[in-house]
Amino acid sequence: MVKVKTLILRAPGTNCDQETAYAFQQAGAATSLVHVNQLIRREEHLFSYQILVVPGGFTYGDDISAGKVLANELRLKLGEDIRGFVDRGGLVLGICNGLQVLVKAGILPGIDSGKEPKITLAANDSGRFECRWVYLRVNEESPCLFTQGISRLYLPVANGEGKVVADSETLARLNVVLSYTDEDGNTSPGYPYNPSGSVADIAGICDSSGRIFALMPHPERHLRGTQHPRWTREGAKEHGDGFQIFLNAVNWAKKSL
Amino acid sequence: MHRIEVFLKEQMPDARGLGLVRDIHDLGISSVSGVRVVDIYWLDADLTADTLELICRRLLADPVTQEYQYDKPHRYSQDKSADNCHSIEVAYNAGVTDPVEATVTKAVDDLGISEVRAIKTARRYLIQGELDGPQLATICDKLLVNPIIQHVVTEEPVAFPETPQYEFSLKELDIGEAGEQFSFSEDETRAITVYFRKLGRRPTDVELETLAQTWSEHCVHKTFKARIKLNEEVIDSLIKNTIMKVTEELGKPWCLSVFSDNAGAIDFDGAWALCFKVETHNHPSAIEPYGGAATGIGGVVRDPLGTGLGAKPILNTDVFCFAPPDFPHHKLPKGVLHPRRIFKGVRAGVADYGNRLGIPTLNGAVLFDERYLANPLIFCGTLGLLPKELAPRGEQQPGDLVVLVGGRTGRDGIHGVTFASEQLTEESSTASFSAVQIGNPIVEKKVIDTLLQARDRRLYSRVTDCGGGGLSSAVGEMGAVTGVRVYLDRVPLKYAGLSYTEIWISESQERMVLAVPPEKSSELLELFAREDVEAVVIGEFTDDKRLKLFYQENQVGDLDMDFLHHGIPQVSREATWTPPRHPEPDFDCPDDLGEALLGILSSWNVCSKEWVIRQYDHEVQGASVLKPLVGKENDGPGDAAIIRPVLGSETGAIVACGINPRYGEIDPYWMAASAIDEALRQIIAVGGDLSRVALLDNFCWGDVREPEILGALVRAARACYDMALVYETPFISGKDSLYNEFEYQGRVISIPHTLLISALGVMEDVSRAVSMDFKQPDDLIYIVGTTQDELGGSEYLRLNGFTGNRVPRVNPHQAKRTMERLSLATSWGLVRACHDLSEGGLGVAVSEMAFAGGLGALVHLKPVPLGEPISRDDAVLFSESNSRFLVEVAPEKETDFREVMRGVRLAAIGQVTDSTRLEIYGLAGRKILVESLKELKEAWQKPLRW
Repeated sequence: MVKVKTLILRAPGTNCDQETAYAFQQAGAATSLVHVNQLIRREEHLFSYQILVVPGGFTYGDDISAGKVLANELRLKLGEDIRGFVDRGGLVLGICNGLQVLVKAGILPGIDSGKEPKITLAANDSGRFECRWVYLRVNEESPCLFTQGISRLYLPVANGEGKVVADSETLARLNVVLSYTDEDGNTSPGYPYNPSGSVADIAGICDSSGRIFALMPHPERHLRGTQHPRWTREGAKEHGDGFQIFLNAVNWAKKSL
Repeated sequence: MHRIEVFLKEQMPDARGLGLVRDIHDLGISSVSGVRVVDIYWLDADLTADTLELICRRLLADPVTQEYQYDKPHRYSQDKSADNCHSIEVAYNAGVTDPVEATVTKAVDDLGISEVRAIKTARRYLIQGELDGPQLATICDKLLVNPIIQHVVTEEPVAFPETPQYEFSLKELDIGEAGEQFSFSEDETRAITVYFRKLGRRPTDVELETLAQTWSEHCVHKTFKARIKLNEEVIDSLIKNTIMKVTEELGKPWCLSVFSDNAGAIDFDGAWALCFKVETHNHPSAIEPYGGAATGIGGVVRDPLGTGLGAKPILNTDVFCFAPPDFPHHKLPKGVLHPRRIFKGVRAGVADYGNRLGIPTLNGAVLFDERYLANPLIFCGTLGLLPKELAPRGEQQPGDLVVLVGGRTGRDGIHGVTFASEQLTEESSTASFSAVQIGNPIVEKKVIDTLLQARDRRLYSRVTDCGGGGLSSAVGEMGAVTGVRVYLDRVPLKYAGLSYTEIWISESQERMVLAVPPEKSSELLELFAREDVEAVVIGEFTDDKRLKLFYQENQVGDLDMDFLHHGIPQVSREATWTPPRHPEPDFDCPDDLGEALLGILSSWNVCSKEWVIRQYDHEVQGASVLKPLVGKENDGPGDAAIIRPVLGSETGAIVACGINPRYGEIDPYWMAASAIDEALRQIIAVGGDLSRVALLDNFCWGDVREPEILGALVRAARACYDMALVYETPFISGKDSLYNEFEYQGRVISIPHTLLISALGVMEDVSRAVSMDFKQPDDLIYIVGTTQDELGGSEYLRLNGFTGNRVPRVNPHQAKRTMERLSLATSWGLVRACHDLSEGGLGVAVSEMAFAGGLGALVHLKPVPLGEPISRDDAVLFSESNSRFLVEVAPEKETDFREVMRGVRLAAIGQVTDSTRLEIYGLAGRKILVESLKELKEAWQKPLRW
């Protein structure tokens, strides 16, 4: 059987590539870890893949601002390739640093033509790196195909610059997929439930097609029951909350094979 | 030359600035209402306005949150003091390599702009509030500027330094005169003199440097290998008679590589091996906490990477010892940084480096004692994973090439090794500036990524890390069995002007050395080049057993490997040991012990370290099973960390640590025994067992030329042997850091004897893990193990101003039986929660279990099994006797639990309740303590809620 092929993009400072690849493999996809240099030098091509993933990490040290340097590299050197990939129905997933990169590259909230982004990721209000688990509500009206059939998620975040910032006009047009809640699902939960101070408690967004999706929390860190911080109290389920996201992506991509 | 300023828009909160405001208030300066931080970039180029716009708009400034300006006077210039805005610009000193500069250079090039010659960064702080000159100076001095690496910019524009030149000339030295400069002992000087007299020539500077590095305490552990006379007894090599001996005697087949490589390695599951190493980075962290700690992490991560044929770093541990954060500023000796600043700097350095490398920090401890004031201890450990067949150290063949991989070489850390083996003085912070460097984690990450690819393609025959002593140690050691020639002018440099000797001993970070068969070199070099990692052939291995160094066409060094590695004369030392007597506590047991319990919970040593833990990524790599914070609200103190290092396998690795320097003030023997017991207890508490546990030792001691201090070291090392032998837990690696003392106004302040024991265990099935939080009302609370009247060195006595003398001892035979039984009970699913008893004893353990589980508890002291008659409630509640656990058992499992635990002293002492309080009844059945969970937790969380 032909497998869905997933390209996990690597760059200097990427550090969640292997567990992200593992997540896609568990969901039934074949994966390749591809360095950004390989794409730029045309040793590898996006058109060989159905899913492109920008995983978590600190690309180029997050120097200047998180994800900025890789974002420019994608925009300036691979912009056309990515546009073509998306136009042909490819899926794009960004996790943590991946969200920062996709937003700053202008690929999210939707691929524009070189216009300056109206949305960004800024330093957490706490001024600190925050590693903690968060409760998320899925906007079931969003077109996001990665979150189909999911209503709530419990995932870890680990970032220093996870605060979504956008003006109200941009916000109104934004396809919000995930927002932070408290443990009971209530909105406007405040810190630490919204660990970064994101505007409108936004934790993940997608484009209008629902095929480009990125989020600050790490679904690849909750694939199995024993990754839940309280599995020793509450029991371990076979799959963690994050698994369905990868399964949805692979199943969707399978249809287009 | 262009100057670009990037700053947040007025309405955006400045998170960096807010953090600084908190720090300024901590200094006692309350008039500051706000700080804004401006990033400054100096570009050495002649650019058009359009190009500058492009750089600002598309690279340096975020269009949503930031604004920029270029080539204009400061937006907020000094004369703004009218409305109380003070402006301070801080830049790095010449010679300090700022990683951001390299990134910006690359990113500017990506924009298609190639005419920028150099870039420098700086930061401008705009401080809002009424401040006088001295206050501003204090803020600069205490928070903004570390003169070791930074300075306040007063002159504009920033000058880009001229490229310095180096003209070769061979330096020969007279050993008699040079001996002192290199800190050689008399015996060493004599040995070197004899060696060169035989050759009939004078040594060159690089030869003496090589000997100094190779023979330093840091590299050869002279003291641990010394001939020590203790009373009438002579110990020929302490390490061979204790730590290494026990490993040899135990002969565990799962020990794959011990004491011979950069880290010790054990068999994990038949297919994979784990290797583990803990290092200290004390002296550099004392003078520049951020950079010192960051390079500490960077250094220890390269140990597993340089073990066997290279292991992937999968877990970090950090243990810090500082002076109390509330130490009065005015009592601070000159040249010493405040403990709070050291703590914050170290934490930030570890987090920034460790997080960027993508290695989870899952275990650690933070301890406080005033004697760590000028000598903080920074232990960094890394666990690595590699295929089992690659665990033994590699071997090169004559003809294999020496390949240097990773970062460039600068004047960083020159003499770091000899520095680490010396006493700090008031002048250290200015004299040792070259010993500190700023790490570049992304360079190291790139090295890890590419090196492991090269490993999997078997492109090299041996690997080692470039750490203390630089190339001198790394290449010198690798070449010991064959011989090696090195061409020093081929080493890529950060900047020109380094002499051949500086190149050879530089401790620049992020470098690894490989031995590469010539036929594989082109594939290897190509692999590194593909991901922009510099890799250069700098020499070749020979078969003449000599170390030969060349610079351009000149031979600058030629040493016999046998002399280099075995020519060091054995040190002889005297040791004595007089047991100290501390005043016996003479206070009465309070009627209500609630206040004492709250006091212990909020002591610096016991209180929650969540502030530290959350700023480390402990989830990256997706392997965590038991995290450092556990319980109902994910904030209880977990005992040991468990990970599943091989994704898709159920086998777990457990990492734990034990340390308690306060016991060492009474008897270092029992301190060491307690540390081992504590580390093992934690492994048992989370559901592990003793069948495959390996230990690491890290001794941090004072000046061992003092016989009493050396005597204490001997006692501690002997306990390591005695305990490990019974527990059957071999040592696989270790490290010592000696001469940790500080001279201040003619008085020598020595650190407490400090031994960190790190333990690595293997767990067959992680689904058997248990956490320490209470889980179910009406469950029974069992205490396992025997309580003695052992308050010596306890937190309780410290709170009351005493040390005492009844230090906790260990009966390892009994302890082992207890642990084995308890492991069995856990693996049978009979244990719902388990917590080991350590600082603060039963009182602290039951409080932590209760508030972590969000459940109350009712406890009676009367049934607690005692090893000797005890009449005081406080002694039972707060005794720190070893080998004890609190266990939550479901009523329906009680019979089975007692059956499995047969032969072990234990008792049901109460139950978990659905109330919101902890109630404790004393030996006479009287209520001695009632506290609400909320108050207990608040006391525990408050001190470090920074």
